[in-house]
Amino acid sequence: MDSEAAMIALVDVNNFYVSCQRVFEPNLIGKPVVVLSNNDGCVISRSAEAKAVGVKMGAPWHQLRDFAEQEGIIARSSNYALYADMSHRVMTILSRFSPNQEIYSIDECFLSFDGLPQDHTELGQEIRSTVLQWTGLPVCVGIAPTKTLAKLANHIAKKQARFNSVCEWQKLSPSQQDAQMQALAASEVWGIGRRISERMAQEGIHTIADLRTANADQIRQRYSIVVQRTVHELRGIPSIELEESTPDKQQILCSRSFGQAIYTEQELGEAISIYIARAAEKLRKQGSVAGSLAVFIRSNPFRPKDPQYSQHILVPLTQASDDTLLLTRAALWVLKRIYRTGFAYAKAGVMLCDLQPRTAVQGHLFLQTADPIKRAALNKVMDDINRQWGRGSIRVASAGFNHGWKMRQNKVSPYWTTRWDDLPKTR
Amino acid sequence: MSLHLHPPIPAALEPQLLLLPLMGVSVSAGFPSPAEDWAEERVDLNLRYVQHAEATFYFTVSGDSMVSPIAERSIPDGATLIVDRALSAKHDDIVVAVIDSDFTVKRLYCRNKRLALVAENLAYPPIVMGDEQELSIWGVVTAWIVRPR
Repeated sequence: MDSEAAMIALVDVNNFYVSCQRVFEPNLIGKPVVVLSNNDGCVISRSAEAKAVGVKMGAPWHQLRDFAEQEGIIARSSNYALYADMSHRVMTILSRFSPNQEIYSIDECFLSFDGLPQDHTELGQEIRSTVLQWTGLPVCVGIAPTKTLAKLANHIAKKQARFNSVCEWQKLSPSQQDAQMQALAASEVWGIGRRISERMAQEGIHTIADLRTANADQIRQRYSIVVQRTVHELRGIPSIELEESTPDKQQILCSRSFGQAIYTEQELGEAISIYIARAAEKLRKQGSVAGSLAVFIRSNPFRPKDPQYSQHILVPLTQASDDTLLLTRAALWVLKRIYRTGFAYAKAGVMLCDLQPRTAVQGHLFLQTADPIKRAALNKVMDDINRQWGRGSIRVASAGFNHGWKMRQNKVSPYWTTRWDDLPKTR
Repeated sequence: MSLHLHPPIPAALEPQLLLLPLMGVSVSAGFPSPAEDWAEERVDLNLRYVQHAEATFYFTVSGDSMVSPIAERSIPDGATLIVDRALSAKHDDIVVAVIDSDFTVKRLYCRNKRLALVAENLAYPPIVMGDEQELSIWGVVTAWIVRPR
């Protein structure tokens, strides 16, 4: 295929979490709406109306409460079961439009338009209207010869109404392209973080146009090869490939802050058992085993007057495993060694490390414990039951039952698409 | 996060921690199944009732506005609706619409430039759309499920 024909689209859902809520709560349309992070801590998604009244990304909700009341801002707790389902729908729809797809995040996806004969702007519009009709979610599309430019075109499609949500970079004249690049700060470029852009500003690189015309070799010397690639990409030279399959995770982390402080080893053990169960489920889903695991616990550093304690330990396992029961035992063994009485614990977590494919695991000549086939079958049954009847339907007893420490999610909406009892009602 | 590294957990302390050998696992190879060549996919409700999986959502009916004397048009309270957003609504379709920010299930009337949402239950008057009014169709009902017990 002609390399000049390389063309990449970046499709992303506008204000994804808020937009998901609005599909099932039409009364939220046209109003300032925010979605809050775990524990109802910070703002993690804002509707256009919430942005317009000045709500900042990451704003702590407890500081915002009075202002929200005054402005009529509506808040929802994050509903990840809903977002994951809606994301899956969008990504599946997008996969129909191109044989090459890189799912970049829960609400963003690169598609290769290489060799697709259609007018690319028209194709972008078809993608936009299909996703909107099928799921109710609004998306923007940026189309360009490189991923970095596709990101930029997407940004322009989102901010400038005249593009009607789809911006094809190649349809802009060179002078229009230049004007767009001069109007945007270098920090708006994909992959240019705050620290790099601050340093660039000191060296006279302020806008995207500045960055594009910078000396690429010097950029490589002063910053990194990664930033040099970005400069090439801004010039339309593809330097970052489409990654069609996301590589398996190298570690799996599961950690949460508690809704209220907990004090006992037993309650910490319950939380850790639940996190291990989640992490082990993910582990099995990607067909890996963990060679080591870490457990950490800590008190609340934001309450400096309280006595503080924080500890974590990583232990290698004698043999890599994906067995929830075995991993739970190991994690509780670690907890016993790091737990100290007299502290108000605010957060705990587990990390599964040294992941390797299950098929690569060496047999062990001298170890003989429970029947491995039975254990694998048991874990599979556990996964199947939890998938069908809801997470945590079946679990190890150390996970406990009361969970007074569970996340605060006071404003969580029903799980409209993943639970029978939560289906939306129609009269 | 930096982590302390501890020595491996000694086997004698926690024998259960040890994973089991994968070696020596044999797969029994008996007779091939005489039915194997005849196996077919089991019938699947999804294949029959869900045309566009990514655009299909389920709703629960609340109330009696679609209860009709004509049995095959009647949708009782508590029924599960299968709603397809990929279809464009046309005259006489049963649709989920948004009226005053609430979901409602009704039959769509769309003739001679007149637009209305009609309840099957005659006790409910049709909702007629004025010229200025915009009708928001959420999706088209393709089937419903009623459980007798």
